[in-house]
Amino acid sequence: MPKTANKPMTGAEIVVDALIREGVEVVFGYPGGAILDVFDRLNQTNKYKFILVRHEQAAGHAADGYARSSGRTGVAIVTSGPGATNIVTALATAYMDSVPMVVICGQVATNAIGNDAFQEADIVGITRPVTKHNFLVKDVAELPETIKKAFYIAATGRPGPVLIDLPKDVQKAKLENYQYPTSIDIRSYKPVEVGNTSQIKRAAQVIEQSKRPILYVGHGAVGSNAQAELVQLAERCEIPVTSTLLGLGAFPDTHPLALHMIGMHGTEYANLAMHEADVVIAVGARFDDRVTGDLNRFAPQRQHVIHIDIDPASISKVIEATVPIVGDCKLVLAELLKYVKACKHTEWLERVLGLKKNRPLHYGSDKKLRPQYVIDRLYHVLKGDAIVVTDVGQNQMWAAHYWQYTSPRTFISSGGLGTMGFGFPAAIGAQMANPGKRVVCICGDGGIQMNIQELATAAMNDIPVKVVILNNRYLGMVRQWQHHFYANNYSGVFLGRKHSNGKIDYIPDFVKLCDAYDLTGIHVEKREDVDAAIEKAMAIPKCVFLDFVVEPEEDVWPMIPAGKSVDDMICGLA
Amino acid sequence: MANGNGQQHEHVISILVENQAGVLSRISGMFSARAYNIDSLAVGETIDPTVSRITITAHGDDAIIEQIIKQLRKLIDVIRVVNLSEKSYVDRELVLIKVKADKKTRGEILQIAEIFRARTIDIAQGSMSLEVVGDQKKIDAIIQMMQPFGVLEVARTGRIAMFRGEETLRLPGA
Repeated sequence: MPKTANKPMTGAEIVVDALIREGVEVVFGYPGGAILDVFDRLNQTNKYKFILVRHEQAAGHAADGYARSSGRTGVAIVTSGPGATNIVTALATAYMDSVPMVVICGQVATNAIGNDAFQEADIVGITRPVTKHNFLVKDVAELPETIKKAFYIAATGRPGPVLIDLPKDVQKAKLENYQYPTSIDIRSYKPVEVGNTSQIKRAAQVIEQSKRPILYVGHGAVGSNAQAELVQLAERCEIPVTSTLLGLGAFPDTHPLALHMIGMHGTEYANLAMHEADVVIAVGARFDDRVTGDLNRFAPQRQHVIHIDIDPASISKVIEATVPIVGDCKLVLAELLKYVKACKHTEWLERVLGLKKNRPLHYGSDKKLRPQYVIDRLYHVLKGDAIVVTDVGQNQMWAAHYWQYTSPRTFISSGGLGTMGFGFPAAIGAQMANPGKRVVCICGDGGIQMNIQELATAAMNDIPVKVVILNNRYLGMVRQWQHHFYANNYSGVFLGRKHSNGKIDYIPDFVKLCDAYDLTGIHVEKREDVDAAIEKAMAIPKCVFLDFVVEPEEDVWPMIPAGKSVDDMICGLA
Repeated sequence: MANGNGQQHEHVISILVENQAGVLSRISGMFSARAYNIDSLAVGETIDPTVSRITITAHGDDAIIEQIIKQLRKLIDVIRVVNLSEKSYVDRELVLIKVKADKKTRGEILQIAEIFRARTIDIAQGSMSLEVVGDQKKIDAIIQMMQPFGVLEVARTGRIAMFRGEETLRLPGA
């Protein structure tokens, strides 16, 4: 390793040098007093782009969207105290969904820590439960190795966000003979990537002897890029494939064996297939409660659960695995393919594919402008060629339902934490990671307003994200629950303004709002205007808001109410 | 299953961790975040000053204990986790007991203390302080025996434990 510098380097200079050496392309951030030294060096290179957001939460979600859409670690830099606490939601979001991120935040000088200094917060304490790991750097000599460790921990094993708390005096302190480590060894952190061979052989046997197998794939399969192996396994052994919300794209939705999403708002055929399956092969999925519902009635006919996951703690946490396999999904599947022989499940496929044919997702086909129709048209007009980033709620479910995801990292959504406000900044991040690709953000009129200030970020950096707002003047998912489970008591969910004559104002006027940012907003109220509006928006090489005024009280179907099972599935209107 | 309807047992878990600031709060935070209870906890440096050893006793069914151990292993600063209860182990706790004592009762207290091999470490007009080392049963028994005299205060170190025999809790690769 050549010496990287002859003259002493400050902590701030080390941060910049380390980011370059880690191959960071984009840094999202927001300055402040305790991170000024880093910012003073940050713009002294053109090796990466710096994107100034308008709220630290958005810096976190943008780094997250960047990471999810590219597989590379997202980076955000913010100041101490409120800057750092503002990014906590983004850390928690990334932690729940296992997204690799490194967040560097300023901290008051080491001698002021604990004194309740101006803009001081115990951010290491605050973020401990929502990060994979975090560091407080008290000595500049520890900084190079700490940054190396942070990037290593974030991206390996089960990925996750790592926070580095960097006091102001450490940013200023000089280090003689600075060298950035080329490799790192952490004795207490050795993720297992290669699966146990005897367990893999057992899995092959179980699959060969299965009568009604089902593959259940999650975000781990996306993260490890296991699509080719999944397709091979599914085809070789005639196994239908269902997916978690975040697993969408891991297995192509267009494949005949695809059963699409499972769970609370999963397809009827996916849920019924799981209900009847005798062998469940979980690949990078964690049996979340939105998937299983009532655990005592989940997959009641299962004889075996083969659970492949990089995180040992995910296995047998919720559903006991009979064949647990710790390892990287892609590596384990590739190994499994060496042992598993081709097998037929003719009857089972007939049953499952019959369900798929006879009980498809559906929605009203009248003249009304329904949200499902908007997604449906969007998919067809764009020929499925886009990275879809969603917000949270009904919009997220319809985006999952009415778009066919064929490749990993094309569906980006806050699944575990369910963070409203995630969509728009995450889409900005995804666009920064994929400058040549079309990025569409699908959101509701509620969620978009949670980080609406990022219009400025998109406008000033020419980030051409297309924002599709399914505007129903409600917090739609909450309204749906109030309608069905709270006797129609719409409490705190109406977002418009109703006049005594029944007329409703849309607050805000998204077209006027876009105008204020020197951007285009397109307001659509009629079904027949949808295609033209989409085409018009796509032709504009800037951020555009497509404001679709949709049916206000449309529900997401099917639905298995929380804590219930397939037997309680509500399939919606015929 | 993991939601814990099985048989509850007490488990003694030994953990080797990096001897660094914040490690203990990561561990206790994991327990509280997942609503697991710690019955006893003891921490101290090992023969290698960069490593600390934490002994936790917790109860739960097998699935819960398995989750606790997996979640502990997941923490970056945790080097090794072993459930001593899976094999034969010895455990000890040191307890200080301050008991009411006057001229009349002092003799009897001393007799009991001797049976338990407790040491007298302080004596005053109205009280005595005893130091006793032992496993759980012994500690419980002496405290129970002292109750009639009036136990004023108890301070316990928490349990520490080791495997019986040659087996040790080594660092990986050591």
